[in-house]
Amino acid sequence: MKIKVVVTLKNGVLDPQGKAIQQTLNNMGFPEVESVRQGKYFDLEINEKDEVKAKSRAEEMCKKLLANLVIEDFKIL
Amino acid sequence: MKSSVIIFPGSNCDRDMDVALKKFGFKNKMVWHNDGDLPQSDLIVLPGGFSYGDYLRCGSIAGKSKIINSVIDFAESGGLVLGVCNGFQILTETGLLPGVLQQNKNIEFICKNVFIKINDRENKYFNNIDKEILELHIAHNEGNYFCSNDELKKLEDNNQIAVSYCDNKGNCDYQANPNGAIKNIAGIFNKNKNILGMMPHPERMIDKYLSGDDGSLFFKNILNNLKR
Repeated sequence: MKIKVVVTLKNGVLDPQGKAIQQTLNNMGFPEVESVRQGKYFDLEINEKDEVKAKSRAEEMCKKLLANLVIEDFKIL
Repeated sequence: MKSSVIIFPGSNCDRDMDVALKKFGFKNKMVWHNDGDLPQSDLIVLPGGFSYGDYLRCGSIAGKSKIINSVIDFAESGGLVLGVCNGFQILTETGLLPGVLQQNKNIEFICKNVFIKINDRENKYFNNIDKEILELHIAHNEGNYFCSNDELKKLEDNNQIAVSYCDNKGNCDYQANPNGAIKNIAGIFNKNKNILGMMPHPERMIDKYLSGDDGSLFFKNILNNLKR
């Protein structure tokens, strides 16, 4: 089954890329953009039919590799 | 004294490190990350570069490679492990050192000489170097050291902040901070101070006629400690 994972920076962690994107959007005529936080998205194709099991394995993968928990949070969609 | 430099796909400071170690008398071996066991060593070096193309996060893939388990065992038994630049990033990704190296605050790759202040002398890397400030070279995109406040307090309380960016007079202020690292941190130890991760490259400063000589002091000092 397919598992989708989103990794984002924790609140309070500086995101220079997000800041640069926000400023560019502001300069391009989108002054309403007040903040941009850039993240990562993963599509995992997992050989497991049980959704609960697959998600629990995906959580382990996030903690061990996909996210760095010092600065990042993850969500399994 | 024996050293080993571990090479990952994308390492590119491995040969400079080899030259530096040999110049000061180490019998160095180059070890491909997938070649099984670590040779018997007094010092293990994770060199700079772009292991695995910096995929996912800098150092994250190398930090899970096969040989890393042997490096962790070696480090936990008290062996000296030095990580320079990408090697520092790998050490944080393995959890041997706390924190993380984020993208530079100014979103630019920085390549220049910097001054660093030696903060601690109770270790085998800097103890008998007769200078307070060293001039070394940095070349990185992700050198902006970050850790939680709790972790930072522990680093400070245990004198684990090995070296900090400073100006040529030793002032560790905002202007001397090239990449936004908290507290101008350029390098840290683990609690036992046998593991050192640092962004500056001592191996690029081993010849006064080419670049500078302060890296020589660093390598000679490690060697002298190991010989004792």
